[in-house]
Amino acid sequence: MTTKDQVREEVTIRFAGDSGDGMQLTGSLFTNTTALLGNDLRTLPEFPAEIRAPAGTVPGVSSFQLHFGSTEIMTPGDVCDVLVVMNSAALKANLSLLKKGGIIIANTDGFDKKNLNLAKYPEGVNPLEDGSLDSYRVYEVDVSSMTKEALSETDLSYKEVDRCKNMFVLGLLFWMYNRPVEPTIKFLQKKFEKEPRIADANVNVLKTGYHFGETAEIFSSRYTVEEADLKPGTYRNITGNESTVLGLVAATQKSGLPLFFGSYPITPASDILHGLSRHKNFGVTTFQAEDEIAAVSSAIGAAFGGHIGVTSSSGPGIALKGEAMGLAVMLELPLVVLNIQRAGPSTGMPTKTEQADLLQAMYGRNGESPMVIVAPKSPADCFNMAFEACRIALEHMIPVMYLSDGYLANGSEPWKFPQEKDLKDIKVRFEPPRENSDEPFLPYLRDENHVRSWAIPGTEGIEHRVGGLEKEDGTGNVSYDPDNHEKMVKLREAKRNKVADFIPLQEIDQGKPTGDVLVLGWGSTYGSIRTAVGQLRRDGMDISHAHLNYISPFPRNLEELLRGFETVIVPEINNGQLVRLIRDEFLIPAKPINKIKGRPFGVQELKDAILNILSEKQTVTES
Amino acid sequence: MTTKTNTDTLKNGNANGENGIPKYSSKDFSSDQDVRWCPGCGDYTILKQVQNVMPDIGVLKKDIVFISGIGCAARFPYYMDTFGMHSIHGRAPAIATGLKVSRPELSVWIITGDGDSLSIGANHFVQLLRRNVDVNLLLFNNQIYGLTKGQYSPTAPEGTISKSTPFGSIDHPFNPLQLSMGADGTFIARAMDRDPKHLQKMLLRASEHKGTSMLEILQNCIVFNDGAFELFTDKKSRPRETIYLEHGEPLIFGTDHEKGLRLDGLTPEVVELSSEFSKDDLWVHDEKDKTKADLLTRFFEHPHNGEHLKFPRPFGVLYDVDRPTYDEGVTIQNAEALKRSKPDLDALLQGPETWEVS
Ligand SMILES: Cc1ncc(C[n+]2csc(CCOP(=O)(O)OP(=O)(O)O)c2C)c(N)n1
Ligand code: SF4
Ligand SMILES: [Mg+2]
Repeated sequence: MTTKDQVREEVTIRFAGDSGDGMQLTGSLFTNTTALLGNDLRTLPEFPAEIRAPAGTVPGVSSFQLHFGSTEIMTPGDVCDVLVVMNSAALKANLSLLKKGGIIIANTDGFDKKNLNLAKYPEGVNPLEDGSLDSYRVYEVDVSSMTKEALSETDLSYKEVDRCKNMFVLGLLFWMYNRPVEPTIKFLQKKFEKEPRIADANVNVLKTGYHFGETAEIFSSRYTVEEADLKPGTYRNITGNESTVLGLVAATQKSGLPLFFGSYPITPASDILHGLSRHKNFGVTTFQAEDEIAAVSSAIGAAFGGHIGVTSSSGPGIALKGEAMGLAVMLELPLVVLNIQRAGPSTGMPTKTEQADLLQAMYGRNGESPMVIVAPKSPADCFNMAFEACRIALEHMIPVMYLSDGYLANGSEPWKFPQEKDLKDIKVRFEPPRENSDEPFLPYLRDENHVRSWAIPGTEGIEHRVGGLEKEDGTGNVSYDPDNHEKMVKLREAKRNKVADFIPLQEIDQGKPTGDVLVLGWGSTYGSIRTAVGQLRRDGMDISHAHLNYISPFPRNLEELLRGFETVIVPEINNGQLVRLIRDEFLIPAKPINKIKGRPFGVQELKDAILNILSEKQTVTES
Repeated sequence: MTTKTNTDTLKNGNANGENGIPKYSSKDFSSDQDVRWCPGCGDYTILKQVQNVMPDIGVLKKDIVFISGIGCAARFPYYMDTFGMHSIHGRAPAIATGLKVSRPELSVWIITGDGDSLSIGANHFVQLLRRNVDVNLLLFNNQIYGLTKGQYSPTAPEGTISKSTPFGSIDHPFNPLQLSMGADGTFIARAMDRDPKHLQKMLLRASEHKGTSMLEILQNCIVFNDGAFELFTDKKSRPRETIYLEHGEPLIFGTDHEKGLRLDGLTPEVVELSSEFSKDDLWVHDEKDKTKADLLTRFFEHPHNGEHLKFPRPFGVLYDVDRPTYDEGVTIQNAEALKRSKPDLDALLQGPETWEVS
């Protein structure tokens, strides 16, 4: 049989196996090589909440989806073209995500009686044999035994041999998609520098997989995906949590201030703690606190001392930080709170994504407690918004909530990274020391933006007290005066609102600036909305897309922009939160699209939902 | 650090232009705010003694910070003319940790009550001690929730009749000093509001100690728990029911110094100093001896209707040892990281692997 060479504009591959099968690594390595070849791409890793759920079972399945192409790629793909399954549980858990007619590469060893039982297939049923997969192209490959054979000459233990399996699959897919193995070989040699026999074994199996594709003559096609038309420049691949870390580090350099990071581990935020703890040379201190309350409190302590105070968590931990965030609002100290949202309420679905903490960020503290809210829209954008969160907190002496989520945190994309000189300077206003001044120091004196100066301990002559009790404007002395309280509540709100003068105006991402339909999104839904709206526009629809990075306060021109459209549609991965804020703030009958399944929007489902809303509207106007 | 801190420049400012500390008086530490505790509250004398010792701790006023949680005691920072933060209930140790770690040159004092530190903030309290952050914690123990008007607290003895326990409390109380030992605290001491001289001495010792200094101060809440410590504070019963510890000195107490503590193996006993036992037979106080300090923390009977206690309640420094502090560890690790690699943001942004698109 001869293999046809075919060109594809875009491809989605999903690697799925047991959590012990190394699918995340396999996916990342395929991604890295793909990025090096100049494709645009997005990834979506999905892993079980348990560290080692029982091997072979459906809850133990870990997957990694990669969407790459020669065109603009903004989502990890609704459905995949190729599904790699290391065992029967992986097939069971992922088959619904495979296109009809798609390719299944199945490790036959994972479909023995034991594995079928573990995956809870009925007695005697093997999906590889019962015809249920007839509408797909199935390639059965005995990965385990070919791996064993490739390593028969080595002295590796059974376990060590088994761990190399994923390299076989990776090699095979490199062959299928015309990608070189060299970058991976380099990686393996570096990773196992101290254990050359393991490095050699992995390289050996990787090549075996590649050669298998070449020689086995079972694959009818081989695919090429050309370079994408990305903006010229130097790129790297980056996940959302990684770029969040870089945004914070960049803020230290552009403000000239050290950063204190207090955090308590929680999925999917922990990688920020891990990442930052490696950058102490940039003046970053990381503190793994005893709980989230201590984490945010320590950051407030550091902020009182003149450092950039940052804390991070996810839903349950953010709930715990509530009281302390209120303190930061009251003290008027800069504080950055990173919420890497996950599906809630309560413990919810820790490894699944959701955007359901927006109203908590907006209103989830006691009293009138306004914070600034920003939200990154893509993995690389996490860099910009983490930097912005620091800038706003420091320049406006106000706590800022940064709303990322599990999808952005773990997803990755190519990033045309900036240089230090391209980044804005962050200007802080420390209260200067004073000597023998008769005038009392007024810690809550404000500038024209309602911002007080940062009066830090160690500064001569400005000793003063701050606290969570209501304070008199100017002096900061405790005050129970009714008029003063109302004044202070309004002042703190005015200070937050004033931030609108220091953020960019809202732009239309694509489409006309006024027209029939505007799809308004925020945060991680950017890629799905952009792709869906792009496709609808190509189909001839008058539809535009705007995406919010700044939610509290809203950009100054947002109302005007919204009023330029007949219909405003707000898709969110929650039960309708931004849509409420928009309706409330502007009295615009915005229409929600909601998905609450722990997964991002698929492009097709989003298009369907948009069309659905518009057709309903039409029926109403027609009747 | 290449990140030049604006604080570096500020740090060097000094009223005298040299490194000497100005001659402060206790008045220099009194803020312009009216003190608002109930008349007769033990907090007044504690405030006074703190203001009295501040001139002697050898720190510039601009470098002193008081951080409190919530409670009557926690109003304290408002009355000190230093930097201060009245924060939220129970969290002062965490706030102080963040401040001290980022600004190790500051002298940081935590003011907290028994509810603040041993109920809502108990976790932070023990974590602070285990980390040994170089701060001073003054635990105002009045065995009651003062500010919320008289509920029993986690140091209130069983059977305490309070607003929330009209039939007597059932909870077993904490022994704060033993809890501190358990958390591996490095400085553990006790004082009382009614003995100002001794309190001053203890405040100075707390200030001198490098690491977390835990000073429990028995404080009378005249409104909701008056007389809780009378057996210890009353001039008549005090000599009999308390023992004042001095490093290297034998443990002697009693109205006429007629009693002593002796160790029979590891079992303490009270002995009469007579022909049978002399001073030389007594237990000599050693602040560095953990076993002995641990025994001393266990002398914790709660006075019942003025009944005489089997063992006197110890006052003074029970334990004072050196252990590396957390803040120092952070400073060292950060400095080493800087030595290993110069901060280069462009290299960091670039990451390990890049590709060109033309
Ligand atoms: C989160 C929170 N819960 C409850 C309170 C109410 N509260 C204020 S002070 C206090 C107890 C204080 O007791 P203690 O720490 O012993 O201080 P004291 O008033 O006795 O000095 C309580 C329960 C609060 N302010 N915040
Ligand atoms: S209630 Fe008790 S502790 Fe509080 S101020 Fe009054 S006397 Fe002092
Ligand atoms: Mg109390």
